[in-house]
Amino acid sequence: MSQLEKNNTDIIIPSQEKEYSILNLGPTHPATHGIFQNILKMDGEIIMDAQPTIGYIHRAFEKLAERRPYNQITPITDRLNYCSSPINNVGWHLTVEKLIGAQIPKRVEYMRVILMELSRIADHIVCDAVIGVDTGALTGFVYLFQQREHIYEIFEEMCGARLTTNIGRIGGFEREWSNKVWEKIEKFVNNFPKALEEFENLLVRNRIFMDRTINCGPISAERALSYGFTGPNLRAAGVDYDVRVMTPYSSYQDFEFTIPVGTQGDTYDRFMVRLEEMKQSISIIKQAIQKMPTEGGFHADVPDFYLPPKEEVYNNMEALIYHFKIVMGESTIPKGEVYNCVEGANGELGYYLVSDGGRTPYRLHFRRPCFIYYQAYPEMIKGGLLSDAILTMSSMNVIAGELDA
Amino acid sequence: MENELNKKVLEQLIKVFSDDIKSAEESYGMLSVTVSKNKIYAIIKFLKENTETNFNFLTDLTGIHYPDSKEDLGVIYHLHNFYKNHRIRLKIFFSTQDSYVDSIVDLYSGANWMERETFDFFGIHFKGHPNLTRILNMEDMLIHPLRKEFPLEDQSRKDKNDAMFGR
Repeated sequence: MSQLEKNNTDIIIPSQEKEYSILNLGPTHPATHGIFQNILKMDGEIIMDAQPTIGYIHRAFEKLAERRPYNQITPITDRLNYCSSPINNVGWHLTVEKLIGAQIPKRVEYMRVILMELSRIADHIVCDAVIGVDTGALTGFVYLFQQREHIYEIFEEMCGARLTTNIGRIGGFEREWSNKVWEKIEKFVNNFPKALEEFENLLVRNRIFMDRTINCGPISAERALSYGFTGPNLRAAGVDYDVRVMTPYSSYQDFEFTIPVGTQGDTYDRFMVRLEEMKQSISIIKQAIQKMPTEGGFHADVPDFYLPPKEEVYNNMEALIYHFKIVMGESTIPKGEVYNCVEGANGELGYYLVSDGGRTPYRLHFRRPCFIYYQAYPEMIKGGLLSDAILTMSSMNVIAGELDA
Repeated sequence: MENELNKKVLEQLIKVFSDDIKSAEESYGMLSVTVSKNKIYAIIKFLKENTETNFNFLTDLTGIHYPDSKEDLGVIYHLHNFYKNHRIRLKIFFSTQDSYVDSIVDLYSGANWMERETFDFFGIHFKGHPNLTRILNMEDMLIHPLRKEFPLEDQSRKDKNDAMFGR
């Protein structure tokens, strides 16, 4: 045995077993856009496994709702998906209206459609602009957020609030929309497509953007369905499920629009589906303005839930009684249980309401799309890079308020 | 039953699981069937895999608590058939002492967190669940807060006069 060979045997060969590093992503990190913690098992920069922890902003809404009169639950729904509060508000009102069997005037339904589509645009702006930011394009974000500001100005004009709107009442709206609201909507509808087109030109065929997003965090249609995906994320995977078409509510059957679907279910498809949905929303708003009936008022005839005008409260006994009944939260609704869902910006937003005939719900459960699809996140990022995980999360549009309820 | 689809699904269920269907009603257009707890996995598997019912999507899974009844805890499933756009609701009821239910995670991956949430808030144990731990509340919490025996407000508070408003 030569000297060399002998020496070789002395060399300690390092263990072949890999040692993974554990990385805490979140809970408060600017890249996660919210309070999300993921404990990642990393092999270099490849993610081997992920363990999400949620519940950081859990506020026990379902328990709170059991002590609140029906009209006081609307502010709770604001805080679910706070990027598109009006959709949550209207979804809740529709649920109660379904249970009490209220007849809603066509005009109110069209106004609600305009409102919900505006919120959908606002929500999709956040998601798409943030995907841009996470790929390194801050310009589009700043540019498109200006448009979101215009939507919030419209909300402000309608109800006084911007983010947590508490808009509308059971039966319709709290007041008639002023001329200024209509002007602002008109202006927004005319200006937004141009801004969107510029944003689109910036990213859609951008080589860097495509390289970063195509095949990043993909999910197959089959897995997405199994995981309970709904909304743009499911459509990006290729399933054309949309509550607005499947079970039309609030007169969505009166409007012509297409449902964009993707094929790969990756970040690029999710981005593109949302982009196209914004255009469709604009088209729906235009149709709604065009078809808007002049008659019908701004609320249904549900005296148990709708505050009477102040002059009547002072001069009319019945109005006074209703006023106190509503303010003290003594309006009761019939016994029964109902599941009602609307197409939220993130997917099927469902309300399961069980009433025992009292002044508060016996049980109220929110089917929150974010909560249900976020559980697929570890599967989607496994085997990918850390930077792709960040991008996947922003493209799924997980909103902490809706996730944790 | 007014709805044809509801009628068909109910007929099929009765044909296969006649003894386990406790009651059925149609409320606001949705078929709502109460079934026995032990067969829930088999029933959901049947509804999912049978080509005629084909409930391919689990919309929602949640719990409910009726402290005054003998079978006080319940789990409520909402299933959806995308092909026919048909929804149904399944319910099971059981007592707190016997709160062990078969998990349906292997049928629908999405049931994972929904079952964890139901466990967290109602203390319903799902047999066969891969990771049945609390999800929204903190790990060392002792109670299951959505049960009715845990009132929302702190009962030791003296500054609220319940006699005045009765709540």
